[in-house]
Amino acid sequence: MDYKALGLTAGIEIHQQLDTAEKLYCRCPTILRNIDERNGEIRRYLRATVSEMGVIDRAAEEEMKQMRFFSYYAYNTTCLVENDDEPPTPMNPEALQITLTIAKMLSMTPISQVHTMRKMVIDGSNTTGFQRTALVAMNGIAGGNCIIESICLEEEAAQRVTDKTFSLDRLGIPLVEITTAPCMHTPEEVKEIAEYIGMILRSTRKVKRGLGTIRQDVNISIRDGARVEIKGVQELDLIPEVVSREVERQVSLLAIREELRSRGAEVPQGELDVTDLFSSTKSKVLKKKAPCIMAATLKGFAGIVGREIQPGRRLGSEMSDYAKKCGVGGLFHTDELPAYGVTEEEVAALRERALAGDGDCVIIVSGTEQQATCAIRQALKRAGMALEGVPEETRKMLPEGSSAYMRPLPGAARMYPETDVLPVEITEEMMAAIDLPELLVEVAARFTRELGIDSALARHIAYSDRLPTFEKAIAAGIKPSLAARTLISTLRELSRDGVDCGGIPDETLIDLLLRVNSGEVAKEAIPDILRALAGGAPLEEAIQSVGPTFSVSDLETLIEGIVAERAEFIRDRKMASLGPVMGIVMKEVRGRIDGQIVADVLKRSIEKRI
Amino acid sequence: MKTGDVVSCTIGGKTVEAVYITERDERAVLKLSSGYNIGVPFSEVLHVRDGEERKGVEPPVVQDSKLPELAIISTGGTIASRVDYRTGAVTSRSTADEIISAIPRLATIGRFRTSQPFSILSENMKPSMWIELARCIYDQIQAGAHGVIVTHGTDTMAYSASAVSFMLDTPVPVIFVGSQRSADRPSSDNVMNALCSAAVASANLGEVAICMHGTVNDDYCAVHRATRVRKMHTSRRDAFQSIGAEPVATVTYPDLEVSLHADAIGREAQKLALRDTMEEKCALISYYPGMDPAILDSYTSYRGLVIAGTGLGHVGTALMERIRELVCNGTTIVMTTQCLHGRVCDRVYDTGRDLLRAGVIEGEDMLPETALVKLMWVLGQTENPEEIRQLMQENLKGEIVRRSVYGL
Repeated sequence: MDYKALGLTAGIEIHQQLDTAEKLYCRCPTILRNIDERNGEIRRYLRATVSEMGVIDRAAEEEMKQMRFFSYYAYNTTCLVENDDEPPTPMNPEALQITLTIAKMLSMTPISQVHTMRKMVIDGSNTTGFQRTALVAMNGIAGGNCIIESICLEEEAAQRVTDKTFSLDRLGIPLVEITTAPCMHTPEEVKEIAEYIGMILRSTRKVKRGLGTIRQDVNISIRDGARVEIKGVQELDLIPEVVSREVERQVSLLAIREELRSRGAEVPQGELDVTDLFSSTKSKVLKKKAPCIMAATLKGFAGIVGREIQPGRRLGSEMSDYAKKCGVGGLFHTDELPAYGVTEEEVAALRERALAGDGDCVIIVSGTEQQATCAIRQALKRAGMALEGVPEETRKMLPEGSSAYMRPLPGAARMYPETDVLPVEITEEMMAAIDLPELLVEVAARFTRELGIDSALARHIAYSDRLPTFEKAIAAGIKPSLAARTLISTLRELSRDGVDCGGIPDETLIDLLLRVNSGEVAKEAIPDILRALAGGAPLEEAIQSVGPTFSVSDLETLIEGIVAERAEFIRDRKMASLGPVMGIVMKEVRGRIDGQIVADVLKRSIEKRI
Repeated sequence: MKTGDVVSCTIGGKTVEAVYITERDERAVLKLSSGYNIGVPFSEVLHVRDGEERKGVEPPVVQDSKLPELAIISTGGTIASRVDYRTGAVTSRSTADEIISAIPRLATIGRFRTSQPFSILSENMKPSMWIELARCIYDQIQAGAHGVIVTHGTDTMAYSASAVSFMLDTPVPVIFVGSQRSADRPSSDNVMNALCSAAVASANLGEVAICMHGTVNDDYCAVHRATRVRKMHTSRRDAFQSIGAEPVATVTYPDLEVSLHADAIGREAQKLALRDTMEEKCALISYYPGMDPAILDSYTSYRGLVIAGTGLGHVGTALMERIRELVCNGTTIVMTTQCLHGRVCDRVYDTGRDLLRAGVIEGEDMLPETALVKLMWVLGQTENPEEIRQLMQENLKGEIVRRSVYGL
């Protein structure tokens, strides 16, 4: 695709959890829990309230279409603040300090008096119904020419367990939100900027690592399209795919608009109750939600509702997303019927009742009367937007890089002041006192310079989650090559094999490497020992499970035996016999003694005989 | 510059347009188009143009004339509120229309009229205001209110409810209600508390009570007898607890089903009457180890003094002399316990017996705050020491439970 011709502009918002001792507005630790460890559950309703602008925000209003009752899991590591049963503490100074450090690294200007705001979020992920957030600094620069508009310090939301149940352990963990200007014009550029900012963040050594601790929201629009925010992109490598698929979607929607207009397509006002047509249906979906089935005819939409607009997504999927806001499972449209147990006869009867011609598409939804009526109106609303082009939306990323509708883009009305938190002054002295941390790119260069590590590997180490482990290992006197190979290559290979070594503590890894360093454990044994450690075994047990180490004298005895049995072969082949005999020896000792030692002993033994 | 004016401000070399909100600690608080507020030095703010007057549009409120008439009396508690976008301050909503537009479901329970005798933070409440409030409630009932809802800040709500309880014999429910978490937040307890209070204000009840969350969940409200309730937590939704008694009713949410306790006083069980004189020259003090007896000298001109004593109702013997003097000079002294739970008994230990000999009245199982309010009321009714003693030890409005039942 020619992104320049399409007028692609994109910006990103990066959300990164901070690794502080306490949460942002309470004194709970910032640790995640297993839901089995919960010690309480609270149940609440949330409702939209009139904001200071005197209007209910359209995004919040959308969520209110379903009046929802939420459940929250509490832990001995959460408190009444997460429960929204106690006012917040002052803003965590450690979190503010980290945020200011990042701001300084990005050459941003701090706000002289930082105000905490309440951002309305009534999807249940915040017990209060709002997320506390504060704008800390503005106008910086990243990676040469990307403008950073703002950095905000905000509280992380509660983690969704199921549809209406949330876990409070994550709620309140400090999070920085970095927003760039819409200054990127290709999918690759978006990834590069995200990567650069990610490097800046990790350079502070004060951010959380691991899955879910950093999330990217991408804002994308093309000429004649609309600004769409795609939330929750967790992997950097997916960013170009997400951007290109969204461009594809917007291009498709614009083409659909032109086609619909040329066909004179129309969206009707009302809905039609067709429950009786499906009274003896075999369709499991319709039967399950049987109380009411509503239909509507989209004039001139035939073939378009079922048209793919990005991989795995059709215009019908978009309409279905809107309908789901009313609590229904989705919708059916005649572009895809008969299917799902709906028969040809039923489709014919439906078309007849709905007065649908060949050029028209009929949509149906099922649920309670209230749900079905609400859902069909929502679907019609989305169908109407197809005549306009691309709607401004907040969307969520789907696993492969496509996206689904979440809610309209929120307006400014969703913010009002958090009166329970006093403003914080940021002085020039505070900024001057911040020491800029060494960037990870500089760390990598230093590893090459000081430790003699190849630059590609050095970069790997510096950017890896195991950087602190590596540094501890070097400080403990472990050979850089051994530490780098183990912590980068070996762990990555194991992870490719599905072995999760994430839970192995640094101390254990370093202890293991020290034993390898001293020759007590063979380096060949490392992968197998790590497997055992990943399975939960303590270090001693893991080492034993791989087999007791082979002493050099044991090895000499073993090799003498093997060489004696093959004396003739060795005399014939001379040194060329080394390879084949080595293979035989290694079969016996693999993982129990260093291969280099085996080779040396064997070589000496062969030399004696020729 | 005034609130709402459009201004510009330069941050990091970039000029942004914003709305001026207010001054705070010598900084100009500006609202950016993103919705964020920031505080910047006034020297960096340039006035661009005057703001436009904005008014929130109120949807019209229609009340159903077939529903029972309920009176809402607001005293300053925020049962409904709105954030003033110009100042960021939370303002209370108190007219019937404002409350119903904030909590539309109320209109399905009753038709409402409202009055607002005053609007204060509940910590600024005074006995003279209790009297004004009692009169206001009396007027509403006389004017035909089927039930009365009093919105009140939670800090001193129990005092006010208790005071009204002594002053007023009511044939209809008089329900005090508030919220622990501000009404502007989507999670506020205000809506559920307000709806439950309206439900119980229409129910078969004839006494003064407080209706608040029964648990930290949005599942039911507990309705507490005014004289037995205490705020037992600074911030939790279920802060109000009946002490030494069971709630007189519960109201489930969201279905609003009222279940009355067997001991609840029914509608029309009492005839409407108001006895609204109170003696304000009364005090409540809490005894602590080593308390300087001279402290009691400050109370020589007081007509009544409630002591929250230790344990069964004790103070150190060092205070005994001053207590004797106070009683001799005509101060009524009532002993209650800082244990809150349990009954005063000054007949077990010597100190207690000395207190009785000095003329101190045992306050039975009355809560210290209730005993204070009751003493003010009793002293407002009579000057006869024997009558005062008798009234203080008699159960008038559920403040004394004659038997200490296990399990409460």
